[in-house]
Amino acid sequence: MFQETVTILESRQVADNVHTLAFASERIARATRPGQFLNIKPNSSLDPLLRRAYSVHRIEGDRVEIIYNIVGQGSAIFASKRPGDPLDVLGPLGVPFHYEGEYATAVLVSGGVGIAPMPVLGAALAALGKRVINIHGARTAGMIANDGRLIDPRFATDDGSLGFRGNVVGALGQYLEQEGAADLRVFACGPNRMLSALGGFCNARGIALEVSLECQMACGIGICQGCPVEMGTGDRKYTLVCTHGPNYDFRDIILDSLPSVH
Amino acid sequence: MPSTEITIRNVTFKNPVLTASGTFGYGLECEAFLDVSRLGGVVTKSISRKPRDGNPPQRIAETTAGMLNSIGLANVGVDVFLQSKLPLLRERGATTIVNIAASSIEEYCEVLEMCEEQEGVSGYEINVSCPNVKDGGLNFGTHCPSVAQITRELRRRTEKMLAIKLTPNVTSIGEFARACEAEGADAVSCVNTFIGMAVDVRTRRPKIATITGGYSGPAIKPIALAKVYEARKAVSIPIIGIGGIMSAEDAIEFMIVGASLVQVGTALFIDPAAGVKIAAGIEGYLAEQKMDSVRDLIGSLDTSMQPSLIAAGWS
Repeated sequence: MFQETVTILESRQVADNVHTLAFASERIARATRPGQFLNIKPNSSLDPLLRRAYSVHRIEGDRVEIIYNIVGQGSAIFASKRPGDPLDVLGPLGVPFHYEGEYATAVLVSGGVGIAPMPVLGAALAALGKRVINIHGARTAGMIANDGRLIDPRFATDDGSLGFRGNVVGALGQYLEQEGAADLRVFACGPNRMLSALGGFCNARGIALEVSLECQMACGIGICQGCPVEMGTGDRKYTLVCTHGPNYDFRDIILDSLPSVH
Repeated sequence: MPSTEITIRNVTFKNPVLTASGTFGYGLECEAFLDVSRLGGVVTKSISRKPRDGNPPQRIAETTAGMLNSIGLANVGVDVFLQSKLPLLRERGATTIVNIAASSIEEYCEVLEMCEEQEGVSGYEINVSCPNVKDGGLNFGTHCPSVAQITRELRRRTEKMLAIKLTPNVTSIGEFARACEAEGADAVSCVNTFIGMAVDVRTRRPKIATITGGYSGPAIKPIALAKVYEARKAVSIPIIGIGGIMSAEDAIEFMIVGASLVQVGTALFIDPAAGVKIAAGIEGYLAEQKMDSVRDLIGSLDTSMQPSLIAAGWS
């Protein structure tokens, strides 16, 4: 992990209230593994004081991109950045997805900006020779963040304005009906209630599910102890999402212990 | 080169900047960002006799130029600390101050006695002021006879540096500092976090699970400085100044008011290397001011004249 002042390459809106920010960092681009995150200071001011944690969305050469909704003071500042502006970035942080192993198909399920870790994960899985399918959901077609580069995408919208009408759990059910659930793992990121519904669905069918959690953090490196998630297995009551996560086997955690960010 | 060393009892700190307890883990988490031997010292996370899980989420919330926390003394317990953390701190050349938390006087004594048998412990800071746990913590720290008794019992058991970390959540911090001094403490750390609160107005729920928590960060600095000033007037033992230090200038303010050492806390969550940067900044200030020693800063506050408009921030 590094603390680096990087230069912004691009800031743009890619869907309704969905924004991306790209910067150049050879070290961070090279070191980042699928599912890792960055802790980024919105500006040098004391207000907002803390960094904001974002999953790495895309890596292309030295170009690193994050994706986010504007939900508050910090993200509004990120959206006001322009190419050439400096950015104080700490990362890459967290334990990557546990995506290696013997299985044929990876289904990457995301809701909203939960799409963040999927392109980097999809590329790594494809490099391992896995079949990759993306199921991405949002409330409406206008909120779908599709840059045309997702591997084998299927979409779900609550209003049916794009793809499957309903949520990503329904869309996953439809996929499994068509393709079967053999030799498959699901990786997911999105709102807690989506992960919770998906967890119930996968547990009932014995499908392996790894979830990438989002929560408020201060340091991102384990020194503040501010981001616990309750464990359902093992001998520790809590682990820290920043250093033990953010990617967990769904069966190991008690998701309801984690307050929803949005 | 100006001298940056500060000695308290038998510990010489190479510079006056320490990491505050609970903001730097066990001193081993940030090796990618700094060499811990360049800090004045590392104050460990509060160590208790047995491991503690800590409080449920949500444990932190950001506030204007500050934050609330309610970690609840999550720690590995003294056995694991002594076995797997302390030897590494020693290997890396850290000046290690072990912070001890407990829910009884016996537990404070037991943890301290276990540390006494180990090499690599330079001194102790006693947490009698955690605002986030029911047993121990604030109900000791706001009761002056308890603070005095804890200090007395621990003083009997160690020749090492003994600092008592005081809470600002009392009417008169000077009274508590005097009690520590009278019972043989070598220093008082001023201050632990202020009790604070924040509410999500959409849900009308508190932003942290314990409803109230410890308020820290640059927003509290002026209040913390006033507490250090009050303690300075009350006692002659060294004061360790804590509260919202983000820069060398902030640290120097605390020393001018009367702190011999300072601790950097919340700043580390933004920049894990803030401690060594602040130490370097203090050295630069001493050179710029043509001062021979950082010791000349301590308590050098000039109250003989009215503050100038520039000093009041009207420049």
